[in-house]
Order: sequence, then structure tokens, then C-alpha cells
Amino acid sequence: MKLALKKVCFGTGGAALALALPAIAAAQDAIDSGDTAWMLTSTALVLFMTIPGLSLFYAGMVRAKNALSVMMQCFAITCVVTVLWVVYLYSLAFGNDVNGFVGDLGKMFFNGVGTDAVQGSIPETVFSMFQLTFAIITPALIIGAFAERMKFSALLWFMGLWVTFVYAPICHWVWGGGWLGNMGVLDFAGGTVVHINAGIAGLVAALVMGKRAGYPGTPMKPSNLVLTVVGAGMLWVGWFGFNAGSELAADGTAGMAMAVTQIATATAALAWMFSEWISHGKPSALGIASGAVAGLVAITPASGFVGPVGALVIGVAAGVACYLAAVKVKRALGYDDSLDAFGVHGIGGIVGALLTGVFVSARFGGAGLADGVTIGAQLGKQFVGVLATIVYCGVVSFVILKIIDVVIGLRAKEEAEEMGLDLALHDEQGYNLQ
Amino acid sequence: MKLITAVIKPSRLDAVRLALGEAGVQGMTVSEVSGFGRQKGHTEVYRGAEYEVAFVPKMKIEVAVADDAVDLATEAIVEAARTGSVGDGKVFVSELQNVTRIRTGETGDAAL
Repeated sequence: MKLALKKVCFGTGGAALALALPAIAAAQDAIDSGDTAWMLTSTALVLFMTIPGLSLFYAGMVRAKNALSVMMQCFAITCVVTVLWVVYLYSLAFGNDVNGFVGDLGKMFFNGVGTDAVQGSIPETVFSMFQLTFAIITPALIIGAFAERMKFSALLWFMGLWVTFVYAPICHWVWGGGWLGNMGVLDFAGGTVVHINAGIAGLVAALVMGKRAGYPGTPMKPSNLVLTVVGAGMLWVGWFGFNAGSELAADGTAGMAMAVTQIATATAALAWMFSEWISHGKPSALGIASGAVAGLVAITPASGFVGPVGALVIGVAAGVACYLAAVKVKRALGYDDSLDAFGVHGIGGIVGALLTGVFVSARFGGAGLADGVTIGAQLGKQFVGVLATIVYCGVVSFVILKIIDVVIGLRAKEEAEEMGLDLALHDEQGYNLQ
Repeated sequence: MKLITAVIKPSRLDAVRLALGEAGVQGMTVSEVSGFGRQKGHTEVYRGAEYEVAFVPKMKIEVAVADDAVDLATEAIVEAARTGSVGDGKVFVSELQNVTRIRTGETGDAAL
């Protein structure tokens, strides 16, 4: 993301890239129409990743009786976060910096964000909407961890509080002019802000809420893997907006971001597929699709900083690591991270964030380390970024969950879980197939 | 009157339908069922979650026939449904107390 002090890039533009604070330029002619056109498109692509990309990816993996509840949750999150964004969330994330921790409330209700407001080379409205789509998908990713058992009202409360107290600060730390960005942590499109964040929150939620009734003895087969693979494809396509769009411009860096995204994703998909083939004896569609998502996750923080060779390595690492996490470690440890929010997004995000510190080096075809910074030093910064995210997100998510649990309860009633959330919580059935 | 219930492999359904038609059996009721006799089920794996599925998809055919048509009908089903491999299924014959055609009210053999 260009907003944090970014001293390294592939970009061809001569414009200054070090933007510590969002600048509101008055002149309309500061806008580059090519950049703007691309960012308008990227915004749509990233929204598409949530509705319906992620929705389908997840809905296909749950049992038929819960399929609609997953789609309802993703859709509702999209709407709730949008409203909160315009009211105060955008300001908390990208407003004027307060002690490196969070933004101020100067942009509440989009104050100052009019038709003529500019952010870099694009309208600030476009920048804000682009960022909103990230704020939408991050909480949506979490639902994978507690699928099939959370009360809808509790979900709305959790998501509203979580984006306020966890997402906005961490986003600000990395991209909004906060302490992690200022420290030189490299996170191009959200390895920490989106994936580690969602993964950790998911793990905490899965542990706090407990396992689904009957897990792991009762068969809980995915109801519609065709939809899951469709969703994975939508995520892959949309992710070009996620990664290449994070350059906030239509330039060489965006092009390389797209290229490394494609490379890492395909590599990770094959890595998971072959891991499964070797370990289990047959490759699976769910496996190759999951591997692709793992690759997308891992390349996210690295996308504007690494080159094709880095992408290959990150892809292999993510495919194997996430396969082990989701398939082996989770079963061994016994927790019910239902759709592997932590196994894929948490682990993938950590792998990607750390490897970014290595493969940004020009030695590996990357954009190049900042002046005077060694690989070791950059790795250290990456480690701090990862750790800060894990600790802050873990603790605050836990507190929010506990409070909601005490006040209204997190889990759906036993009968509701048995009947299926579609019927029990929404008086509907996703599938009325005779 | 007898009720013939046959559990067969789904792929043999059309052959059985045609064979019964040639044997003079007018209609049938078909349902999708699962089951097993000596046939082994299969395994499904989803991200490491392994499920042994004992039940195999089958088709159940029910036909009501007059007593003198039972042997012919049974033979037709058996010949058409047989593939030679495990899981071909079974034919059950049970006593049928009465049959009524709903549209006309006819009962007994006239309703078959």
C-alpha cells in the first residue's frame, strides 16, 4: 500500500510515493484517469471477492442446512461494515494519526471526502471505497472458523465491534500512517491487516465458542463443492484487484503484483495438491482450490515487493504449510476451525509476511530492500509486524467475544444447530430440492 | 396379488423398465435408496476429514402383479438387472392384500 512510507517499488511513476498522511489535494488535475479507472475496477473486483466469491467458497463447504446462513453472514457483514465505514471507520483507519495507534475522527461521515478530494493520483472516494472492500472481506473471512454454530445477532455485534477495535487500528498501524508502517514493516496488500488478523480472530473464536455439536465424530460433508471451487475461482480473479490494486496506480508495480499473484497461487495450488496426493493417495478438488487460496493469502503481503522467483518459493511454502496446518495439525490438536480460517489465512499470512522480508531483496528479483536494511533486519521488522498483529488481535478479539457471550450469548441453541441455521435463524432453506 | 420389491443398481433401471414392459407389467414406482448387502462402501476425504460411507446408492422398484404373473415379472427383473458383480441387488416378493385404482375405484386384479 502506497500510503505508508514506502521507499521501495518497481513503479515507473516519478511522483513521490512517501505519503505519511493522506493528502487532500484540491486540484482535479492531480487525478490520473488511468490510475482512477484501474482503482474503480479493483474496488469492484475486491467486493466481488466477498460477494459472492468468499460466500460461495464457504457456503459450499458447510452442510446443506447451513448454506444460506453463511451467505447471509457475508452479505450482512458487507452491509454493516459499509455503513460503519462511512460513519467513522474510514476515519479511524485513515484519519490523521493519533500517536501512531489510530486515526482521528476528522473524516467522520466522509467529512472532506467530496467529489474533488484526491488521494495520491485518484479520487479519495475511490481510495476509500477500495479500502472499504478490504474492511469487508477481513471480517467475512473469520466466519469460516465458527461456521454452523454462531447466533446471527451475536455475529453482527462481534463484527461491528471487531472492525472498530481490531481492524481499524491494525489497518492504521500498517497503511494509515501508524507505527508498523513507519517502522518499515512491508505489507503490500494485507498479509497482516487482513489475513493474520482474520486467521487469529478465527482461531480465538473457534476456541471460545467450542466445537460444533458432534464434531469430529459426526460426518459433516461439504454440501456443494462445485460452489466452493466456483468461489475459489472468483477469489483468484478478484484477487488481482486485491493485490495489483494495492499499488493504487496502473503501473509496472501493479503489473508485477498481478504476475506474482498468479504465479504464487498456481504454485501453491499444485503444492497442496501434490502434498495430498502423496500423503493420502489421491488429489482432490477441495485440495487444489484450498491450495490456490493459500497461495493467494501468502503472496498478499509480498505482492508489490517480490519477483517471480520469490512468488514460486512463497507459493510452495504456503501450499505445503497450509496443507499441513489445515489437514494434519488441526486434526491432531482437535480444535474446530470449521473452514480453516486460521489454517489457511492465519498460517498463510504468517508465511507470506515473513518470506516478504527475504524475497524483497533484489538478490531474489525483488523490489529491493530499503537503504541500509539487510534481509535479517527486514525479517526482524516483519516478525514484529506479525507478532503485534497476533497479540493485539488475539487479545482484543477474545475480550469482545467474551463480552458478547456474557450479554447475549455467542452460540446458537442446540436445537437450532441440529435443525440447521437456515431454518432456525432465518426461517428459510437454502436448498429446497425435492 | 403380490408386491414385488426389487433393489437394483441405478445403472440397470432402464433395462429393467423395458424388460418389465415386455413381460406385461403396466406400471411401477421407483425410489432412490441406499443400502448394502455384501458390497463394500467407499471413503470420502475432505481436508483430512475421512468418512467411511457404508451405504451404496441403489434404485428400488415396486410393482404390483397378479399371482400368475409373479414368476415372469421376477425373471424379467433378475435378467435385466444382473451385471455379474457384487451389488446387483435382490428381489423380494410379498403378499398384497388389496389394490384400488384411485381414478375409477376399481379393486383387485382389475386395478393392476
